[in-house]
Amino acid sequence: MLTFVRKRAFASLISLVGLLVMVFFLSRLTGDPASLFLPVEASAEMKAEFRALHGLDQPLLVQFGQYVGNVVTGDLGESLRKARPALDVVLEAFTWTLWLAVITMTLVTIAAIVVGSLAAFRTGGFFDRFSSMVSLIGASVPDFWLAIVAIVVFAIQLSWLPTSGTGTLSHWILPICVLFVRPFGIIVQLVRGSMISALSSAYVKTARAKGVKSGPIIFIHALRNAMLPVITVIGDQAASLLNGAVIVETIFGFPGVGKLMIDSILQRDFNVVLAAILVTAFAIFLMNLVIDLAYALLDPRIRY
Amino acid sequence: MADHLLEVRDLSVDFHTVTGTVHAVRNISYYLDRGETLAILGESGSGKSVSSAAIMNLIDMPPGKITSGEILLDGKDLLKMSGEARRAVNGRRIAMIFQDPLSHLNPVYSVGWQMREALKTHGISTTQAQAEALRLFKRVALPDPEAALDKYPHEFSGGQRQRVMIAMALALKPDLLIADEPTTALDVTVQAEVLALLKELQRETGMGVLIITHDLGVVSEVADRVVVMEKGQLVESGTVRDVYRNPQHAYTKKLIAAAPGKGDMHEPDAHGASILSVKDVRKFYGGFEALKGVSFELKPGETVAVVGESGSGKSTLARVLLRLEEPDGGTARWKGKDLFTMSPGDLFKLRRDLQMVFQDPTQSLNPRMTVYQLISEAWVIHPEILPKAKWRERAAELLDQVGLSPEHMGRYPHQFSGGQRQRIAIARALALEPQLIVCDEAVSALDVSVQAQVIRLLDGLRKKMGIAFIFIAHDLPLVRDFADYVMVMQKGEVVEFGTVAQVFDNPQMPYTQALLAASLDPDPDVQAANRNARLARVSQI
Repeated sequence: MLTFVRKRAFASLISLVGLLVMVFFLSRLTGDPASLFLPVEASAEMKAEFRALHGLDQPLLVQFGQYVGNVVTGDLGESLRKARPALDVVLEAFTWTLWLAVITMTLVTIAAIVVGSLAAFRTGGFFDRFSSMVSLIGASVPDFWLAIVAIVVFAIQLSWLPTSGTGTLSHWILPICVLFVRPFGIIVQLVRGSMISALSSAYVKTARAKGVKSGPIIFIHALRNAMLPVITVIGDQAASLLNGAVIVETIFGFPGVGKLMIDSILQRDFNVVLAAILVTAFAIFLMNLVIDLAYALLDPRIRY
Repeated sequence: MADHLLEVRDLSVDFHTVTGTVHAVRNISYYLDRGETLAILGESGSGKSVSSAAIMNLIDMPPGKITSGEILLDGKDLLKMSGEARRAVNGRRIAMIFQDPLSHLNPVYSVGWQMREALKTHGISTTQAQAEALRLFKRVALPDPEAALDKYPHEFSGGQRQRVMIAMALALKPDLLIADEPTTALDVTVQAEVLALLKELQRETGMGVLIITHDLGVVSEVADRVVVMEKGQLVESGTVRDVYRNPQHAYTKKLIAAAPGKGDMHEPDAHGASILSVKDVRKFYGGFEALKGVSFELKPGETVAVVGESGSGKSTLARVLLRLEEPDGGTARWKGKDLFTMSPGDLFKLRRDLQMVFQDPTQSLNPRMTVYQLISEAWVIHPEILPKAKWRERAAELLDQVGLSPEHMGRYPHQFSGGQRQRIAIARALALEPQLIVCDEAVSALDVSVQAQVIRLLDGLRKKMGIAFIFIAHDLPLVRDFADYVMVMQKGEVVEFGTVAQVFDNPQMPYTQALLAASLDPDPDVQAANRNARLARVSQI
């Protein structure tokens, strides 16, 4: 088990380095921060001074070398805009995103498992058909459209909820609900399919022959077996939320990492972009590790 | 009149499918008393498992529907009970064991957990259930029963898993045990042990046993009475001896006649040089030695049967000889050239001569290809055999040769029965005009009567075309009828090699003797004599 964790950590380190190289050089191709930062009328000297101050006058490779050196010591540089350490800025935003992702995915997982399992138990019944329709709509609706409609209906017309921003608990409701819909739709379908095959399996027949009640058959015998493929997709969906739900965060003015990343890219705040990418990549690595371990926990046949 | 333990009266079950309604069983009636064993004998599709599924309430409705009849347990109709009352009967009064214990045990829970669940479901406390589970594991003779409770199904051998299933089924001392092909997936020696255990437990508890099987040998070994089913109907019933000695219905007669192991044994008469000469073949999987130096010779038109239990290395040998896996030592000379050191180009040419027929035609035939495509694919790969203009004609000829009709060319594998599919696989192998066919359990999955047909087909090919066979099988009577030589393998080694007559009539090695002794004879009297001889031997030891 420990060897497995170590091996995975090493493999992830390599991809992190690759990611770093790619993002560093690609982001430098997007334009000159000096001309974006300084007023249009700034003189060439001022621009040169700005570049020298931030090390932007050095050859790219030298800049990269310095950057990597700093990263190793835990220094991800200063945010050009906010004049604060980039890591602090990112971690602050990431905390918001993390909460949003954790709450949303917890709700999605619970709801999808219950709905999907019950749909599978009576295939072709009313509940099955109803939940299939709902989940199909959920999986297909574009989230930006849903976000805007939700604001119009619940925030503007009914005035039940705030339109955007943060501050109170009610600020969380709309973003969570909007982010909930798509993964819910996808995972319900998956749980249903996976449960149908688990419920028709031979060991369920044995359980019925033993006289086990329907509840335990669904939620103890079949579900644990059916969860294996589902977990992969839950992880996948969670990863896309951790990346920052860029559009939804922007629409709701939610100060998460997705919004931060978009803002920083538009402002050529390279250090923040790089720090955000590193932090989310690291979080996704951790989450994948947790998923692999959950696999082993659920299925005794899997041993690392 | 005293009630029978179980009485099935006039039961009919339909299944509604897309293609129409299937009458799975029609108006069948039988009974079973305490302490008695009733066998339901039938081939695949006969509906033999349907009535037991109805007894256990395991039929999915829909698509299934019980259209008539009663199932009386001690005189009470199970079909009229509420769902809850029915559930309370399952496990407590009637228990069931199945063919494939690996898939019938939940892979993600320990067997101890599953044992305890069987007990706790019917109201027994956790601590009591734990103690009871341990007692039962000891009773069914699982090695190291305490540790076994914490293990998972995949950590046991096939025979041990069936013991776990039996322990679980007997947890609540049921009055009736239904065993659906309980030993079909097991090796012969393990089958003998499991059947003996079942008999022993039946004597102890006095339960009635309903055993569902396709195997006359199993019937003669364990059953008192037998009912024979064909196409959903009960065609014959009686005591095992009466039915075997004096079958009334044509189908029963055919079934008994098809049972292998009664014909004349072959006397090898091939002469000339060997076409295949295998010497000291070795194969490792990591540190595990799957083949420990296997050697044998094969002449044109000759058949060598490789017998042995699972893990003996017989399938590995086949795969290594055909270079589907790389050998780790030894030589295999095909007409003087070593198959193992051959260049890929030479090997490709040789593939024509060496063909393989696998156990499961459902898996080895591509489901998206028509029969014509499956057969002619051989000529696409080896275009020198036949010009394209003649493909259709030759495919028709081959289908005719294996007993199918040329009109079948446009159909897909799923439109055929298991036996027909295996014929297609054979036709495909023949398309390359091979000189050696390796059959890896090629008839094991087929019904006895179909098995007999396929064996006749192979025998004809051998005589007409001089094809040599390496015939891998675990079914000894079948080997006895078909092979010239028998090679007995155990744990990667050849323990005995000889002509069929030598090995079957005068086995030298204890392992061969044990294998033969465990093999079941369809004749109840012969089987009873065998059983007594076996018991006498055991008591001597």
